[in-house]
Amino acid sequence: MCEDCCPDMEQTLFYILAAVTVVATVFAISEKHPVHAIVYLVTSFFALAALFYLLAAPLIAMFEVIIYAGAIMVLFMFVIMMLDLGHPENSARPGFWQWLPALLLAGATLVALGILMSNRISIPDKAAVVSIRDVAVMLFQKYGVAIEIISMQLLFAAVGAFYLGRRGKQ
Amino acid sequence: MKIVSDITAIMTGMWITWKHIFRRPVTIQYPEQKRTPYPRYRARIVLTRDPDGGERCVACQLCSAACPVDCISMQAAEGVGGRRYAEWFRINFSRCIFCGLCAEACPTLAIQMTPDFEICERDIMALVYEKEHLLIDGCGKSSEYNYYRHAGIGVTQPRGTGNEERLPVDVRGLLP
Amino acid sequence: MSYDPIDIGIMFAKIALVFFVILTLAAYLVFAERKVLAWIQDRKGPNRVGPFGLLQPLADLIKLLTKEDFRPAGSDKWLFYLAPAMAAIPAIMIFSVIPFGSPVTLFGHQVQLQVADLNVGLLLFMALSAIAVYGVALGGWASNSKYALLGSIRGLAQLISYELSMGLALVPVVMLARSFRLSDIVNAQEGCWFIVYQPVAFVIFLISIAAECKRIPFDLPEAEGELVAGFHTEYSGMRFGLFFVGEYINIIVLGGLAATFFLGGWHGPLLPPVVWFSLKVLAFAFLFIWIRGTLPRLRYDQLMHFCWKVLTPLALINVLVTAWWMVLRG
Repeated sequence: MCEDCCPDMEQTLFYILAAVTVVATVFAISEKHPVHAIVYLVTSFFALAALFYLLAAPLIAMFEVIIYAGAIMVLFMFVIMMLDLGHPENSARPGFWQWLPALLLAGATLVALGILMSNRISIPDKAAVVSIRDVAVMLFQKYGVAIEIISMQLLFAAVGAFYLGRRGKQ
Repeated sequence: MKIVSDITAIMTGMWITWKHIFRRPVTIQYPEQKRTPYPRYRARIVLTRDPDGGERCVACQLCSAACPVDCISMQAAEGVGGRRYAEWFRINFSRCIFCGLCAEACPTLAIQMTPDFEICERDIMALVYEKEHLLIDGCGKSSEYNYYRHAGIGVTQPRGTGNEERLPVDVRGLLP
Repeated sequence: MSYDPIDIGIMFAKIALVFFVILTLAAYLVFAERKVLAWIQDRKGPNRVGPFGLLQPLADLIKLLTKEDFRPAGSDKWLFYLAPAMAAIPAIMIFSVIPFGSPVTLFGHQVQLQVADLNVGLLLFMALSAIAVYGVALGGWASNSKYALLGSIRGLAQLISYELSMGLALVPVVMLARSFRLSDIVNAQEGCWFIVYQPVAFVIFLISIAAECKRIPFDLPEAEGELVAGFHTEYSGMRFGLFFVGEYINIIVLGGLAATFFLGGWHGPLLPPVVWFSLKVLAFAFLFIWIRGTLPRLRYDQLMHFCWKVLTPLALINVLVTAWWMVLRG
């Protein structure tokens, strides 16, 4: 954690983890085989979670692993295993129009990053550790209404899924 | 309530397995403790002799035909006085499944099974038993039985003098 | 906080100790399972290697190490080689957050008998048990075998389903202890163990961890009778050994967590704390072996229905009731 770690080690760790995240994400995009892509993506999520932990946000780090790596990617993999996808490694490369949205988004991100770096917005050296209690108070008092709306939506989704998935009437 | 009966069922099962933990094991520690098999146990096959000391086997091939794994082979030959015997007799115990069909098929009770089950070998070829390994000096089960006394052919005694046998009909005689 | 060489030394010593104890215990748990199952079935169990067969784990280890490391044709090389480690490592990493004894003083230093006292310890356990799914899934998929693939698909669905009921069963514990930190949870049970307040959550957690470590009656991913050996059908030698040991490490770790969350961790009268903790872990291990000797395997649809239609709603209601109770008591 931030405050009980010597800064050199923290920086080294940060750069290692950042490199792992970027490289794994690039591989996840360029890999043609879906299962390999998932493995790279999970590696990237894991490194990202460790980064969050270094940046004094342990709760987000854990949720990153539990929700993204542990639930969503597992469901992806479940679907890939259930369906016979043939041989994706022999398929054609995506055309220009499929690349275009990705290129646009990447361009926007790069521009934003450039602006950020040129403006030299001062970022606090050491972020205070956000305790779980703070997060909980923030979520359920300040944004309580939003949380309730989201949970209602999730409930509707669950009820809808039950309705769609019920057996036919005998 | 179904859930109560289900939980009771699981608990009953757990209680039974708990009691079994403290039972005496039924295991027999084989190389140290050996149990004596019953006399009719089906293990190593032998060729027996009749009470007079002659070979019982007449090389009729019935055991070989009955064998489901084809592990018995032999060569028939005929000795003095028309007595048939096996010139060689071979059982491959590495193939034998000890089913006992050969012993059931044998008309002369020559081939029999013994309770000796310890016939392991390191070399698999050592499990091919020849006639000299198989033949024993004894009658095995049914010690009084002698095939030639009942067979109605003149090998051990002249024709007509065997058990349950009448004199042969004189085909040149005029009497019926 | 400055780093003292003694502190760092103690840290490494703790990690080495945990590794050594867990791996040895896992090996002997295999032996204990074979023995207890044998007793349940009126047999004697392994008793040839060493006195009472006590060196059997060593013989097993030698056998596994000297076996051929076989990879089936058409399998995915790297994932096939990586999957056993992905199954075993998260299991042993979970133990880093479990407090296995009260703090002791060593060389004038206060030493916590816990490798890492994280403020998100409980969430780390959930995260690592979610990661452990990948070993099962990728191992079965990379083997290029239908049995392994079926086993790993079953394992995927089972593990993520039961993780949900396990997590929901732990919510009341967090509410009572008001912390995700495992040492706080243990300290909150100094007076009264949480099993007294939360018997329903305890039962749900117990069933869920039996499913999480793929034990009978929930051993669908490796059902011998139907899938040869499930997701590790094609594995041999030490790679199979890693899957195997990983399962037993899982039993120890999940038993330790159950003790921490519901049975007061290392709290207990008379005996020293470490002994109490070990006793509780071993009791859970024995319980799992005993259940294995008693119950048959569930059918797959029964398994999923039980999780989604019984355990999860029950856990949700339990959370609700606990919340009401806490609000009413103030």
